[in-house]
Amino acid sequence: MVYDAIVIGAGMSGLAAALRLALHEKRVLVLEKHELWGGLNSFYTLRGRPFDVGLHALTNFVRPGTPQAKGAPLMRLLRALRIRHEELRLIEQDVSEIVFPGARLAFANDFALLESEVARLFPSQRDGFARLTQLMRAYQLNEERPPPPSARALLERHLSEPLLREMLLLPVLLYGSAREDDTDEQTFAILFRALFLEGLSRPAGGIRTILNLLIRRLKQAGVELRLSAGVQRVLVADGRVRGVVLESAEELAAPLVLSCAGRVETLALAGRPSAPADEGRLSFLESIWILDRPAHALGHRAATSFYSLEERCIYRRPAGLIDARTGVLSSGDNFGAARGPEGELRLTVPASHPAWRALTPEAYAAAKERCADEVAAAVVEAGVTADFRARRVFRDVFTPATIERFTGHRGGAVYGSPTKQLDGATGLDGLVLIGTDQGYLGVVGAMLSGVAMANRHGLAAHAAREALSG
Amino acid sequence: MTEEEVALAVKDIIQTVAPDEDVSNLDPALRLREQIDLDSMDFLDIVMELRKLYGVQVPEEDYKELATLGGCVRYLHPKLAGKSLHCATSA
Repeated sequence: MVYDAIVIGAGMSGLAAALRLALHEKRVLVLEKHELWGGLNSFYTLRGRPFDVGLHALTNFVRPGTPQAKGAPLMRLLRALRIRHEELRLIEQDVSEIVFPGARLAFANDFALLESEVARLFPSQRDGFARLTQLMRAYQLNEERPPPPSARALLERHLSEPLLREMLLLPVLLYGSAREDDTDEQTFAILFRALFLEGLSRPAGGIRTILNLLIRRLKQAGVELRLSAGVQRVLVADGRVRGVVLESAEELAAPLVLSCAGRVETLALAGRPSAPADEGRLSFLESIWILDRPAHALGHRAATSFYSLEERCIYRRPAGLIDARTGVLSSGDNFGAARGPEGELRLTVPASHPAWRALTPEAYAAAKERCADEVAAAVVEAGVTADFRARRVFRDVFTPATIERFTGHRGGAVYGSPTKQLDGATGLDGLVLIGTDQGYLGVVGAMLSGVAMANRHGLAAHAAREALSG
Repeated sequence: MTEEEVALAVKDIIQTVAPDEDVSNLDPALRLREQIDLDSMDFLDIVMELRKLYGVQVPEEDYKELATLGGCVRYLHPKLAGKSLHCATSA
């Protein structure tokens, strides 16, 4: 069997790329190292309770039929994959917040809330914020050249109040920056739109709802999906991709290989070196607390709380195991996802992969518990949320080592390499990067990345673009 | 298929690909993109539907012929001769 395309990794971008190609009658094979699909966005069951990994919330929420929905990333994605909006069963957030020392900004899916919050807390910044917003609304993504490197510089051009700059930057960094303490303008623009101009929702049933839908469609479209099928190397001859060799030594031929394994990881599969600076340094510790009542019954109403205990937010690999001074609290309960009488709170903070890997198994288990306690104490003492700790039924904690094991991303680098490749090119004909290292972000972004690269490298999108623009 | 039917077939395909757009008042002389929200991805889907529904292969070098509704009709009419219209939607 010769395939038109092989997709390495059944992550969100891989599944979307495969479906897009299959809808265009390509013969596609998806290879996944693990026994389950989803990659970074996966799921598991513990003590009879369903859990999501990765997904806190789906960004880019728009309501179909509204002016805002025209050309919006979510609508483009749904069109490309022939999925109806209602099939995602999205439940909108009520409100989220950004919490800094002495300042709290609320935002919701109606952008007017953030505008009024900025005007209330930072009256002198109203005009600057309006200019920034206008710029972000009109921002055109460009796959052809690298964007200006600093979002901090962009913010400084429009806002004179440092605290507001930090408050707007923090959610963007936490939800998608592969770089420490800053990100590029395009990443900022993508996430500003995704988080603030559009908004947050969560599928009823969590990530399973989206994954089940994708898997069902892939089967209908005739895509072959092989689990527990790790790729040993990518076959290259004369600078062109010929296929892949599995860990089982089986050889599979295809002229196009799309990989969501990551930049460094994919190049390594093709026997190509990468620079140490291309390896991502950012990973996280996440503790998932199951509470004996919903979070809102404890007074915690935010769907998502981005917090910093410092006035200048710290977003880097910590010197120790974790840094509890910056993080995200996410509560599925506040997306209307009732867990019966129970509640859920997820606390996510930056963590150091090398520090966690250096621990002995015994020290590792103890450190997970200690760090989870430390994070909870930090957010409670800082007043980010009410004290929920006595309401604990149980909790599960995962570390950068867990993330590395399940995603295959070196260093547990959730947002991949700081070097993005917007056209997906690897320097080898027929080997294409998709997913986080191509440069689109979030679950919607990852899927759009798969679609965009499938169009570009598998479906002659250039000819189509020229035809339309003339 | 008559020219009118070809136009109907094309509009029907556009409606399938872009269900949230209004295709009823398309000006045949103007670029499709200037009238409705259509990107290169949608364009690829239109070409695919032509192949799936009517067995018409549009080679890449001919994509430019399909930039307007009138262009679509001129280009597709001879290729759809002897084929009958079947609509996925009720455009």
